[in-house]
Amino acid sequence: MNNYTLISIIICYLGVLFFIAFLAEKNSKSKWVNNSIVYSLSLAVYCSAWTYYGSVGIAANSGVSFLPIYLGPVIAAPIWIVVLRKIMRISKQHKISSLADFVSLRYGNNRFLGALITVVCVFGIVPYISLQLKAISETFEIMTDETSYVSKYIFDDSTFYIAVLLALFAAFFGTQSTDASDKHRGIVVTVAFESILKLVFFLIIGVYVTFFIFNGTSDIYNKMSMTPNFENLTKIDGLEAGFDWFFMMMISFIAVFLLPRQFQVSVLENNREKHLKQAIWMFPLYLLLFNVFVIFIAWAGKLTFGNEVNGEYFTLLLPLQHNNIFLALLVFLGGFSAVISMVVVSTLALSTMVSNNLIIPYGFLDKFIKGQPDKNSIYIKNIRRISIFCIIITAYIFYINFSIELSLYSIGLISFVIISQLAPSFFIGLFWNRGSSKAAIIGIIAGSFITFYTLVLPFTIEAFTGITDFTNHGLFNISVLKPYALFGIDFLSPPAHAFFWSMSLNVACYLVFSLSSKGNYRERNYAEMFVDSRNFSSLQDSALVWKGEAYVSDIKNVLNKFLGEERAQRALSLFFVKYKIPPNTQMADARLINFSEKLLTGSIGSASAKILIASAVKEEQISLVEVLKILEESKETIANNKLLLEKSEELSILALKLKKANEELIDKDKQKDEFLDTVAHELKTPITGIRASTELLIDEDDMPSEIKTEFLNNMLNDSDRLTRLINNILDFEKLAKGKHDLNIRQNSIKTTINYAIASVQQLAINKGVSIINDNLIDFRFSYDEDRIVQVLTNLLSNALKFTESGKGKITIEYKMINNMFEVYVIDNGKGISDEDFEHIFNKFYQSKNQNTIKPQGSGLGLAICKQIIEQHNGKIWAKKGNKNGATFVFKLPFN
Amino acid sequence: MKKKILIVDDEPNIVMTLEYTFKKQDFEVYIARDGSEALHILENNIPDIVLLDIMMPDVDGYQTLKYIKEQDSLKNTKVVFLTAKNKVSDIEKGLKLGADKYLTKPFSVKKIVSEVLELLN
Repeated sequence: MNNYTLISIIICYLGVLFFIAFLAEKNSKSKWVNNSIVYSLSLAVYCSAWTYYGSVGIAANSGVSFLPIYLGPVIAAPIWIVVLRKIMRISKQHKISSLADFVSLRYGNNRFLGALITVVCVFGIVPYISLQLKAISETFEIMTDETSYVSKYIFDDSTFYIAVLLALFAAFFGTQSTDASDKHRGIVVTVAFESILKLVFFLIIGVYVTFFIFNGTSDIYNKMSMTPNFENLTKIDGLEAGFDWFFMMMISFIAVFLLPRQFQVSVLENNREKHLKQAIWMFPLYLLLFNVFVIFIAWAGKLTFGNEVNGEYFTLLLPLQHNNIFLALLVFLGGFSAVISMVVVSTLALSTMVSNNLIIPYGFLDKFIKGQPDKNSIYIKNIRRISIFCIIITAYIFYINFSIELSLYSIGLISFVIISQLAPSFFIGLFWNRGSSKAAIIGIIAGSFITFYTLVLPFTIEAFTGITDFTNHGLFNISVLKPYALFGIDFLSPPAHAFFWSMSLNVACYLVFSLSSKGNYRERNYAEMFVDSRNFSSLQDSALVWKGEAYVSDIKNVLNKFLGEERAQRALSLFFVKYKIPPNTQMADARLINFSEKLLTGSIGSASAKILIASAVKEEQISLVEVLKILEESKETIANNKLLLEKSEELSILALKLKKANEELIDKDKQKDEFLDTVAHELKTPITGIRASTELLIDEDDMPSEIKTEFLNNMLNDSDRLTRLINNILDFEKLAKGKHDLNIRQNSIKTTINYAIASVQQLAINKGVSIINDNLIDFRFSYDEDRIVQVLTNLLSNALKFTESGKGKITIEYKMINNMFEVYVIDNGKGISDEDFEHIFNKFYQSKNQNTIKPQGSGLGLAICKQIIEQHNGKIWAKKGNKNGATFVFKLPFN
Repeated sequence: MKKKILIVDDEPNIVMTLEYTFKKQDFEVYIARDGSEALHILENNIPDIVLLDIMMPDVDGYQTLKYIKEQDSLKNTKVVFLTAKNKVSDIEKGLKLGADKYLTKPFSVKKIVSEVLELLN
């Protein structure tokens, strides 16, 4: 393919990426930009050119050993829910903008630690970026078929221009805001987009190679199994190789947390915790899909080319071999995507670290303190932009001078091992509050030294001088110091070996120095906050033990310098409102100090923020006794708060009761209204009958005498009905006011019951209902007979009301229990509904369940019964759980 | 032809006076003790007028009126509420539902007769 054609395609593609990034920045609130799929895909920045090309190379040369690099992250994914969520929360709370920031904050904003981590990252990642550039350059050469792909002159080299374009992209979309903890939606969305492309293109080439060039997977396998050496490519060699796998998986496990680009996308760019839930299965699935065809492409390449060409570029060479330039171009663009996403995110992450943890705290801080706010902001952005360019240019120079001869895979692994040195202070520090900054620094330096000695040094010497003396005989010919077989451990691959020794020493140093030396109070405060992140927010602003003197105006001056007066003023007023502090307060307290540090952290990193604020604060060491006193005070506050809480709960219960009482009152009022309506209706009905009959009797002279008699009888009945009703109402009134005196005498209960039955007998006969009283034994005891007859009559007429005519049956029974005399009135009517049960003895209550819709009676019957029985010191109730009919019971004291 | 009247009320004493009165006026009188009996009668008969109580067991006066209004065959049948409910709000409700007259208890027999005759002419 023509050189210029390819360059124009590349530029068009970059144009598309710029456009997507631009759109995403513009719509940064849209759900298309903020969802779990974009988040999961952005995590796939893990798959760089190393994955895209390097895996195939490894598979071709040493079989399945490319796999542990992907198994580590797969194992890590489920753990994210716990670990990554914790990291995210802490980062959000503190406006963390980089890995170095995160770790240095854990150890009390230690400036040196932040810088050290930055340096480790730069050393680890710059060669890694350079190998990405190498991948571009080499694939470019393969595509355009140029023989010499590195020009003597930088300005003739297309890779240089691509590197500059990437730097422009990263600088433009990475420094939109001064606050580096702000999200970079443009970059994240392009990364997600590229992740789709690289996976799809890789799958396409996999399918093409496996099913079109060859006849499916079994075809490749069968052909491959004929070749010598096949055994070695498909198995793991015994226990020793097993260790190798184990360490490689650990390395990649750590890398997926600690590679600056992974930390950037997984923690800093995350804006919703819940996206993790999808990511923990989508990301492993992505890795799985990516690795499906690796082994087949590798074997296909081997079968096609033998050992003549670099196995890392089989994906490109295979389609080119079959003259399928279009497919080769897709593969190239996929690889290019992998490179862009890795380079852009890595440089973004590194540049933040370099500016916030190296340049600003060690050189520019004084300048900022004197400078103007608007200029400061531009300075900070420029430092970051220049850092981005410097990192990419350094990587380019590294590539020109060193990595041309090296494989993608080897440099990638060295990067991983270097980054792993941050793991002990990062992971242990998250869960163990004793870890101190001194221990972290010593551990990282010791581990890095071992890595350098056992991996970087021999690798470099061998690659450039070709002399293997150092590797074979060790330093000064001391065999226990052989770099690849330190102290006789010679069965591990160099990266696993370096990882094992460096990590052992690193962890050992970290533990020993943490236990032997305690950090200062500030460090321990932050340690407590990180470890106990669940109570983080409460500790964050209030419980930090701090003793010092500062004027609000001084702090405000510092904030003005960096945020500008307007933003600083706004932030401070928010703070004063939130904590209810009068805005004219002169002395700053611990909360304001923390708040201001947090505000600045996003712009200039936590270490610098601390130094800046400290410049306005006269800080004092705090003694243990004082710490205890402060803790005691906060305990008291907590106790008081608890008391208040209890009181307020009591109050709300009271309010609830009041509400209920009010509702009951309203209900009663309504019942009274209904009662009056009912009474009016009941009174009017007989009067209507009487009035109409009277009118007819007067007017109709020719009325037959039998009709006359009938009308007169009706009038009589209606009059009786009126009398009964009026008596009932009056009775009730009297009983309600307790004016009724009881006329208590010795009476026979059987006789009393018979009186009651007699009064309703006619009604019962009319309705065809039988009333049974076949109790044999009679009892004599003291009660007011008239009243008890009234009770029984009420109960009987109720029973009549609710039983069916013709089939009804009412039984009266009685017995003695515990010196109380109990009387039962049992019917086989429709029973009492649950809704009625509670209310039937309330005055004015009318069952909605009567055989008639029109309420009969006054709604007073049972209420009257209850009052009479209670006056006798007895009790009346309806039995629950009767299926057929209702049973009313009353009991009276037997004496 | 004899005019037909349906009297719907659950109070036998009241029904008796009305039945006597309208028979004397040469009406053909149908009696229903509640709404459901009334509906039963209305299935086979088309009275010229219905005297309707409101508070009745089962199907009440409102429901009965609703039924009558829905039947095409009963579109010429007049309906008069005759009830003890005499609050203004009750009367308004009854007329709104489509009753031709709203009369309250206790009533004057002569007045009922004149109102019914007036409605039918």
